Amino acid sequence: MNNPAPTAVSTVAPAAASARTLRLTLHIWRQPDRASPGKMVTYPIEGVSPHASFLEMLDLLNEQLIARGEQPVAFDHDCREGICGMCSLMINGRPHGGKPATTTCQLHMRMFHDGDEIWIEPWRAHAFPVIKDLCVDRSAFDRIITQGGFITANCGSAPDANTILVPKDAAERAMDAAACIGCGACVAACPNGSAMLFVAAKLAHLHHLPQGQPERAHRTQAMVSAMDAAGFGNCSNHYECEAACPKAIPRDVMAMMNRDYARAALLARARDEKAHGTG
Amino acid sequence: MTLTLDARTPSGPIEQQWANARFAMKLVNPANKRKYKIIVIGSGLAGGSAAATLAELGYDVACFCFQDSPRRAHSIAAQGGINAAKNYQNDGDSIHRLFYDTVKGGDFRARESNVHRLAEVSVDIIDQCAAMGVPFAREYGGTLANRSFGGAQVSRTFYARGQTGQQLLLGVYAALSRQIGAGKVTMFPRTEMLDVVVDPATRRAIGVVIRDLVTGAITSYAAHAVILATGGYGNIFYLSTNAKGSNVTATYRAYRRGAGFANPCFTQIHPTCIPVSGDYQSKLTLMSESLRNDGRVWVPRNQDDVARHPDQIPEDARDYYLERKYPSFGNLSPRDIASRAAKEQCDEGRGVGPGGRGVYLDFRDALRRDGEDTIRDKYGNLFEMYERITGESPYQVPMRIYPAVHYTMGGLWVDYHLETTIPGLFCLGEANFSDHGANRLGASALMQGLADGYFIIPRTLGHYLAGVAAKDLADPTSALFRDAEAFVTARLDRLVNVRGKRSVDSFHKELGHLLWELCGMARSKQSLTSALAQIPVLRDEFWRDVTVLGGRDSFNQSLEKAGRVADFLEFAELMCQDALIREESCGGHFRVEHQLDGEARRDDDRFCHVAVWEHTGDRHEPVRHIEPLVFENVKLATRSYK
Repeated sequence: MNNPAPTAVSTVAPAAASARTLRLTLHIWRQPDRASPGKMVTYPIEGVSPHASFLEMLDLLNEQLIARGEQPVAFDHDCREGICGMCSLMINGRPHGGKPATTTCQLHMRMFHDGDEIWIEPWRAHAFPVIKDLCVDRSAFDRIITQGGFITANCGSAPDANTILVPKDAAERAMDAAACIGCGACVAACPNGSAMLFVAAKLAHLHHLPQGQPERAHRTQAMVSAMDAAGFGNCSNHYECEAACPKAIPRDVMAMMNRDYARAALLARARDEKAHGTG
Repeated sequence: MTLTLDARTPSGPIEQQWANARFAMKLVNPANKRKYKIIVIGSGLAGGSAAATLAELGYDVACFCFQDSPRRAHSIAAQGGINAAKNYQNDGDSIHRLFYDTVKGGDFRARESNVHRLAEVSVDIIDQCAAMGVPFAREYGGTLANRSFGGAQVSRTFYARGQTGQQLLLGVYAALSRQIGAGKVTMFPRTEMLDVVVDPATRRAIGVVIRDLVTGAITSYAAHAVILATGGYGNIFYLSTNAKGSNVTATYRAYRRGAGFANPCFTQIHPTCIPVSGDYQSKLTLMSESLRNDGRVWVPRNQDDVARHPDQIPEDARDYYLERKYPSFGNLSPRDIASRAAKEQCDEGRGVGPGGRGVYLDFRDALRRDGEDTIRDKYGNLFEMYERITGESPYQVPMRIYPAVHYTMGGLWVDYHLETTIPGLFCLGEANFSDHGANRLGASALMQGLADGYFIIPRTLGHYLAGVAAKDLADPTSALFRDAEAFVTARLDRLVNVRGKRSVDSFHKELGHLLWELCGMARSKQSLTSALAQIPVLRDEFWRDVTVLGGRDSFNQSLEKAGRVADFLEFAELMCQDALIREESCGGHFRVEHQLDGEARRDDDRFCHVAVWEHTGDRHEPVRHIEPLVFENVKLATRSYK
């Protein structure tokens, strides 16, 4: 994944990432709930180990806030090993901090320097309203999946697994797309708040596989409609999504989706015309 | 109140039992299924697959999870793979061999009938997942690929790079989403179950009390049956490989309402995790056991060499201790044995890295043999993860690893139907105790979660519901639910109103450290007695001095944590009591008083049973019951991996 824009965070560990600790100035978005206005609040912090993760640095801040009787900063996180997709955060204007193929929970403080100022904000997108501080509501993603992000195969009806042969290359490309963790960085990075990369990755996962073929046209149409209904914007080829994706999902999945969408639309029109006798 | 422990093991030879049981089970008429309300707590492999499959059958399902989406349940973090007795590699695998390996790997503390059923349905799981589009690794001809895992001498593990759990969970999430879209499952993300409601007249589970984590609202939901699939309690140690949100609350609350809790002291320490690096640390990261297929574990033979760069240590000065001690299984020895061996090396001063708490997992020989491309193909994402966390490349220097808490074999006691001692309350996946005995083999957790959810509960739940009238749905506004809500609310208020000085995390860390030292990889009468003296003191301090800012009527992550830590502080005592009474070593439970030449020594005369704890009220000691274990198909023997 090449990222032409300057990275906000150095990708090279400082040579002397030793036992010394960092002193930082944090500017953090605070918002009590969905309805109230929010604002940036500045917090100095010291004693941050360069070996701590970014979220462990926020844990430390929260411990200090609690000790002062101030409300800790709310942020989403769970597995802290880069796979659950729960953590988010715009760090210095870059989703997950801008280090290639890295989630916020896997970002380590050795990537920062003593004295740095860091701006931390929630995902900003029309379809992802803020719940509190740095937590947003990403249920729009779930609603898209319910409209077609699956293969219809009731439990109990499956044939022996080796009767479905999948060429190794197809399985690998399906897996590349299936690596999406649904974090929403692509949406946050996009100037249009588009969910194209997320939707296209799910479609590519299923459409690289023979099992995904029977529902291919319908699935594409249904998920694209759901994406539009959820309030996501359109793609205008900035590819910020690809640069921000912590799983390095390649943008060519979107080309595949556009092709499938066009084909599905033509098929639907042909079917329509046949039904109405105008074709 | 007293527990009856009828395992309901079916009759007949073990190969016939599941077929016999399925035939003997009653069925619910397809037209009547929609009249039954089922509540599923948890949306991981077990809960998600159960919710989806029950909805496919026609039941009216509600599913709750604490994450913001069912796709994020902690099953997602499993890396290495899922076992199945397909024998696709023609290397001598069979259902009986998977059954045998699992019973033996569990150190003869699991119920034979359940384990055999697990091995039987393992083959169906792979079929189902492949049909749903799980992108398993393939051979060039398009067939499924396999690899080996600890405790087995056959290649039966199916995998999707190092993200098998993620891909299986996304398969489950897809099936669940299809049912949500069809209106058959109502999904409640960002919610937490805080109590189970049991009807004292019938003793049946009739619903749950739920807190909406965004609004703080407390709401009751009634159902004909409740399924808990809420995972394990490894986070009681604070540092573990579990996700930060994993907790004991749902199963512990059920225990307090009368569900027996089985073998709470059976916890698994995984041998290959990234070592602790400092006190800021919030979790430990697992490095998949699959790495032991190609990585060789060693420490310097000589204590003076521990500070030297590994490249400077010649071959004859390295001790490949697993290969030396267990020549036939070598680096693929089971987890409990590999963990203890690492601890032993470090205790003797041969550990490497900061604090001397680490051993090398070295890929030098594999890289020379197979080349970097092959190794990258197999483990690329794991190597990257390691490098991101430690700043060191495993292609250049050996990984440093150390054991960490990973999984809990203990859980709510269930019978063959996966029903707890509370009728109508079922428990699936890691949350129950049933299949792994005292030690779980690698790649078996995913197998069990999906077996329970896809193939077992859809049969056994129908049998239960056939005996319940659809019209007998409890009223969630009745006094029983009101009382439960009042209890839950009072507890939340109490947490908010302590207004002490110490943060929730500081108590959690202290509890975790205490348990790791006194009830961790090695336990003794002395350490456990000491833990049992210290835990109540810490718990009292928690309720006197904890600080939870903010109220209970809003999004409050401190309050969520406080409730979970409060439950850990109670459950810790049960865990230590169980460990103290089990005066033997078996699997992950190692009592230093009971060993022979450094290996665990079981006491089958006194402890060939499941210990099941019954809650008898806050002012009374819990009562220990036993379910005897009978081994008719696998001969009780001392495990040997030599």
